Amino acid sequence: MRDLQDLAAKLLTEKTVGLVIGWEAGPRGARPSFVTDPKDAGKLISDNRCVHNLAAYLSPRRPHLRGFGRIAVAVKGCDVRAVAGLLRETQLRREDVVLIGIRCGGVHDTPTGVGPLTADNLADRCVGCEVRDPARCDHVLGELPPSLPSRGGRRAARIAELEALDHAARFAFWREELSRCVRCNACRQVCPLCVCERCLADKTDPPWIESSPHPRANLAWHATRALHLAGRCVDCGECERACPAGIPLNLIGRKVAAVVERRFGYRTTDDPQVPAPIGAWKPEDGQEFIR
Amino acid sequence: MSEATTGIDATAGTFEPRIQAFVCNWCTYTGADLAGTSRIPMAPNVRIIRLPCTGRIDTLFILKAFERGADGVIVSGCHPNDCHYTAGNFHARRRFAVFRDLIDFLGIDPDRITFSWVSASEGKKWSEVVNDTTERIRRMGPFSAYHGLAGRTP
Repeated sequence: MRDLQDLAAKLLTEKTVGLVIGWEAGPRGARPSFVTDPKDAGKLISDNRCVHNLAAYLSPRRPHLRGFGRIAVAVKGCDVRAVAGLLRETQLRREDVVLIGIRCGGVHDTPTGVGPLTADNLADRCVGCEVRDPARCDHVLGELPPSLPSRGGRRAARIAELEALDHAARFAFWREELSRCVRCNACRQVCPLCVCERCLADKTDPPWIESSPHPRANLAWHATRALHLAGRCVDCGECERACPAGIPLNLIGRKVAAVVERRFGYRTTDDPQVPAPIGAWKPEDGQEFIR
Repeated sequence: MSEATTGIDATAGTFEPRIQAFVCNWCTYTGADLAGTSRIPMAPNVRIIRLPCTGRIDTLFILKAFERGADGVIVSGCHPNDCHYTAGNFHARRRFAVFRDLIDFLGIDPDRITFSWVSASEGKKWSEVVNDTTERIRRMGPFSAYHGLAGRTP
């Protein structure tokens, strides 16, 4: 934690960057923190409550942050994949950002988590994590913590449960879940890869996605959101965490990721050179469903 | 397609499916035209919307068709390597593949949708796609689960 504060102060003092984005302790657990003055660097923290994917602030949808010049951002190994996504889609220039990688021993499932990680409170995306030591960063801080508590993935189990149901039962499940959506767009705002300046869901003439929150509109919105993130979602879990209605959005994201991996052999990666699966194609792509 | 009309003919008590087709201008639309000028008998349940290319078919079109009362959807374009724009159908194929598995997971039977490649010379194949899809949707019945989502019957 101390080395993050020192590095942030150094970068700001040397005017290498105009802004450091990290985490700080707030009244309700960890929260994103924006430091422009080296004297404030002491409030930065990095521990197992730092669940937020701060790459979201690098999205071109947030041009006000670009006014600070170069930005340093603290990233966990998994967050680097979101940065790679922005670089891959030329939404960000690598030289505009200083990546401070934080070696990570897993995070709580909420920023309000307390105490050491156990199999119970570990975020599901940390299960089987392969990027605890972040790659492609300008600085990498911290010691590699001991390995994560081990358990099975809960989401994978839930997806398998749902897949065992018939269509009518699955439809009823999602109808029920999505009926709680109030279309606050928190899932979109928090997503590091939702980069459109003007979202399809905001277009009202014609209203491709109805703006009123009823199950029909909500299904169109969440299906479209999942498709627009197909092969782009980095599994940071922020959409589900931000959802005030507790809709299990990660299940949809994980399902689509599994489809993309099975069909196109693509797994989310921190290498921006690997082409995105949607937008690329191969002549031999499977077409068993087309007659 | 009006939301006020249903596919159910009350007098006969039979279900006539309403099927929306999204086809590309260069192959399937021309193929469908050939089927028509060749006087090949076809089920009258399919309404066609012509688009420049399968690459232009946003999967949201398909959901929109269901929203507006369609019981089934046909999506059809040029065979691979025949795209007028070189690669539109290759791009579309990847999107459709993901879309199909996604809606399956969301509880929509992917059999509601027929994906096909129909070239400009395949009028016969188009008529088979239309007839087979109509028969299949007829057996599946009206898509009332989806139509009921808005809290009213279409």
